[in-house]
Amino acid sequence: MKALLFRDLRLAMRAGGGFGLGLAFFFLLSVLVPLGVGPEGSTLGRIAPGILWVGALLACLLSLDRIFALDFEDGSLEFLATAPIPLEAVVAVKAFAHWLVTGLPLTLIAPGLAVFLNLPPAGYLWLVLSLALGTPALSVIGTFGAALVVGLRRGGLLLSLLVLPLYVPTLILGAEAVRRGAEGMAPATPLALVAAISLGAVALLPFAAAAALRVNLR
Amino acid sequence: MQVKLDNLAVARGGVTVLRGLDLVLHTGQALILRGPNGSGKTTLLRTLAGLQPAAAGSFDLAPDAVAYAAHADGLKPTLTVAENLRFWASIHGTPDIDPALDALDLATLQHRPAGQLSAGQKRRLGLARLLVTGRPVWLLDEPTVSLDAASVALFAGVVRRHLAGGGIAVIATHVDLGLPEAEVLDLAPYRARISVSNGFDEAFA
Repeated sequence: MKALLFRDLRLAMRAGGGFGLGLAFFFLLSVLVPLGVGPEGSTLGRIAPGILWVGALLACLLSLDRIFALDFEDGSLEFLATAPIPLEAVVAVKAFAHWLVTGLPLTLIAPGLAVFLNLPPAGYLWLVLSLALGTPALSVIGTFGAALVVGLRRGGLLLSLLVLPLYVPTLILGAEAVRRGAEGMAPATPLALVAAISLGAVALLPFAAAAALRVNLR
Repeated sequence: MQVKLDNLAVARGGVTVLRGLDLVLHTGQALILRGPNGSGKTTLLRTLAGLQPAAAGSFDLAPDAVAYAAHADGLKPTLTVAENLRFWASIHGTPDIDPALDALDLATLQHRPAGQLSAGQKRRLGLARLLVTGRPVWLLDEPTVSLDAASVALFAGVVRRHLAGGGIAVIATHVDLGLPEAEVLDLAPYRARISVSNGFDEAFA
């Protein structure tokens, strides 16, 4: 399993691996929104939590279809399915690798980009915390979606349509936690719910995704 | 170690393609599957590998005894030859990849990215994966595609050593592998009349 994780990370870092695609998107969005909305600090500060969370979510979405599609095309997914590690573990490892190359870096650069959006100082801690708790859910739910559409040519559109509704609760609660934190209110409730979504997704979805993969490999 | 097929029928996309397969393979035996395109060779191998369920009948073959080699080699173009092979070796808990590299004459290529290999070299790397799985039953789907004559002979030697070491091989191929001791199974008599099986519910199958 460690071998699979290291292989996925190495593939992501090599040329054409897609590491940085989500980060670049997140960066561009956070730079362009202030230019489009205008320099009014109060307006920007109000929309900052939502923009940052939407940006993180779309950045995650960008790299989802690569999770299984490449392995399916070159045949390694079939070999992994007949390998001694259970398919559920393969799914979990791939979701973790996706989080390491997307969710984690997004969480780490988010405070830097929040400066462009004039996020009130009280919100920074909660921004990082809500992203750290919420992005695992984005990766796991996305991996499940990728497992559902594996084998479809150009499944990216279908994948987005399948996954976006499932992302909505995480988005609402994550942005709400940042907003509350920024305005000086207690953000504990939405944060706890974001963490609950992540934990539930991590616990259950690898099994659903592995079942979907088995059906799609037939 | 044996592989036993008991009145096995296999289906592709809900259509039964082969039926009534009865045979037993013992340690050290190789079986060559022959039949025209679309006769169900790949479907039979995928069924035996546990990738899809049997349409009817049964077979006795533990999923963790099988190493399956498909048309695709499962290689990552940006990883080197050694990295590709070492990945599959660690997945299967094999410590050393050098015997596999040597067996398929890949030692001099091991630091090249797999994406730069020729088609035949890629194929050899794909076949080297079989050796690092350490599994006794090889299911090979057209293993000699894009191999030159020398490589086919090299590969026949690998298969023969595998059989001598207590392995079993089921090989779908059109070319002469140079394995005169292997049994040949012509799939034509087992061909099922093309008819869509009733009551096949894809969602719950």
